[in-house]
Amino acid sequence: MTAIAPPVAVAGRVRTAPPRKSGGWKAWLPYLGIAAIVIYCVAPFYWMAVSAFRRPNDQFEKTFLPTHFSTENFSAVFRPDVGFGRALLNSVVVAGTTTILTLIVGTFAAYALARLEFRFKNLVLAVIIATSMFPGISLIVPLLKLFTQIHWINTYQSMIVPSLSFALPLAVWNLTVFFRQMPFELEQAALIDGCTPGQAFRKVIMPLAAPGLFTTAILTFIASWNEFIIALTMVNKKEMQTANVAISKFTGAHGFDQPFGTQMAAGVIVTIPLVIAVLIFQRRIIAGLTAGGVK
Amino acid sequence: VTTTIDAPTSAVQPSAKKPRRTEGTGRLAAGLLSPTFIVLALVVVYPIISAIRESLFTKNAGLDANGFIVDGEQFVGAKNYTAIFSGDAATRFWTAFYNTTFFTVIAVTLETGLGLAMALVMHRAFRGRGLVRASVLVPWAVPTAVSAIMWRWIFQADGIANTVLRHQILWTTEGFQAKVAVIIADTWKTAPFIGLLVLAGLQIIPQEIYEAARVDGARAWRQFRLITLPLVRPALLVAVLFRLLDTLRMFDLPYIMIGVHKTSVETLTMLAQDEATNVRYGPAAAYSVILFLYVTLAAFAFVKLLGADVIGAARSERKAVKARRLRLRREAKTA
Repeated sequence: MTAIAPPVAVAGRVRTAPPRKSGGWKAWLPYLGIAAIVIYCVAPFYWMAVSAFRRPNDQFEKTFLPTHFSTENFSAVFRPDVGFGRALLNSVVVAGTTTILTLIVGTFAAYALARLEFRFKNLVLAVIIATSMFPGISLIVPLLKLFTQIHWINTYQSMIVPSLSFALPLAVWNLTVFFRQMPFELEQAALIDGCTPGQAFRKVIMPLAAPGLFTTAILTFIASWNEFIIALTMVNKKEMQTANVAISKFTGAHGFDQPFGTQMAAGVIVTIPLVIAVLIFQRRIIAGLTAGGVK
Repeated sequence: VTTTIDAPTSAVQPSAKKPRRTEGTGRLAAGLLSPTFIVLALVVVYPIISAIRESLFTKNAGLDANGFIVDGEQFVGAKNYTAIFSGDAATRFWTAFYNTTFFTVIAVTLETGLGLAMALVMHRAFRGRGLVRASVLVPWAVPTAVSAIMWRWIFQADGIANTVLRHQILWTTEGFQAKVAVIIADTWKTAPFIGLLVLAGLQIIPQEIYEAARVDGARAWRQFRLITLPLVRPALLVAVLFRLLDTLRMFDLPYIMIGVHKTSVETLTMLAQDEATNVRYGPAAAYSVILFLYVTLAAFAFVKLLGADVIGAARSERKAVKARRLRLRREAKTA
């Protein structure tokens, strides 16, 4: 999409329209809007975090901060019988492998789409994007049957392979946009100096594309980390569940009918790494998101 | 911002040296693209074809002496499809179809409106940009499964939502309120995302257009309607298209927030997934093929009716900006 915009340029842009001085209360409107957006986005997440830090006994408290701060819910999450540590590890393996495979395969395709001239280029790009729009369930039903036949159920590959269907188009699209931004003179210079197109790619483009690769890696990782229906359908053994599936299936570690405190704590654990990554790399992520336009 | 506008131009450059490298690059391109196409053929094309085939078959009934499913299937033609449209299955299917459509229309409309509003606010913000940008990414980063348990907690009978509203609504039980709960949860997660995409579209609109409009006496609303809206249209349309396709396959939120076999929130994906996990692959495949056709039709209709240009969004937007700038300049001269 449009904002191939390097984030730096956006941030560093000087606005020409200053707020009117005489505005009175009107001058405060944008700030009010900003406050509304921040509250809208953060409040539900804040409530989850606060609830996680309450004692199981005052789980239903409605105070803004827990009256008795406690990490009991967190230790409940990691009790051996819950098996959440294993679920986290499964998520890391599935999302990590998907990301690595996607980047390796996607980089080649993106380079060709961004830097080479060949026939049907737009058609190829359109086909790749179109595949990401198919409803996941139409892929899952036949794959479930296939994986049952070849005894892949309850394996990592049964989750990784279907995940490629949405991760790969996303990565190709993002990387294409990144490769396109690099000045063509770089390759021309390399070619004049006697590089083959392949060498120009390996020795000149790849090192310079590292930030783009990194951003794409974050986006792909988050997309596969958040995946739910594939992991739910392809696995029925508890040890192979990913974190998302494990959370949705928590049964009371504390013997309540719904272990909300434990679930909130688990939700915080699953989300915090992503939120931190997002805060650190927000500029890159936004550039990637708006470039990809996909997810 | 100059880079933004220049990026597509630089993409045109290589055509100048095209004649020299055509044969070689064609082969290189094919080589570089083939791994992607092989993977996509295996994980997308093959399953879709296989789903269509599967939907025309049914498994031989019964288990063998050891309790294993008897191998072998039977060709039944359109029977899986006709079964969907008759009797109890039909009620279940049409309910799921209605739910899917209802969620999509209402949620995407709300998200687009809210997202557009957020983008306009963020665009006008001079301070607090970093803060708002960071917080807007929070709902996006929260996995849908986690946001589902989070909202189920918020919507508990004695949860915070009812406390704030001072009402006793059983949000997560069967009924219209369950639909509302799902839509609220979905909107929370995706409206900021639309906001981000639209903001990116807003930021490439040159400021001088607004200045020209102001000189000509156009008020804020007219500026919004005649400049902002048409110029962010390409960015907005692509965002809405992706949301549309995403909502049509909604699964995680109703599945986790409300549960399985709940008629008020069951979507087509939930229906197909339920059949598949119960080893009824034929009906499951039939449902998923119907959903596939529905999604394809919706995408096609959207692109045809509203002219969303996914790939060319960047290009057409640039053109629109340029054309508008020219027209304004001309008008300014004649005035």
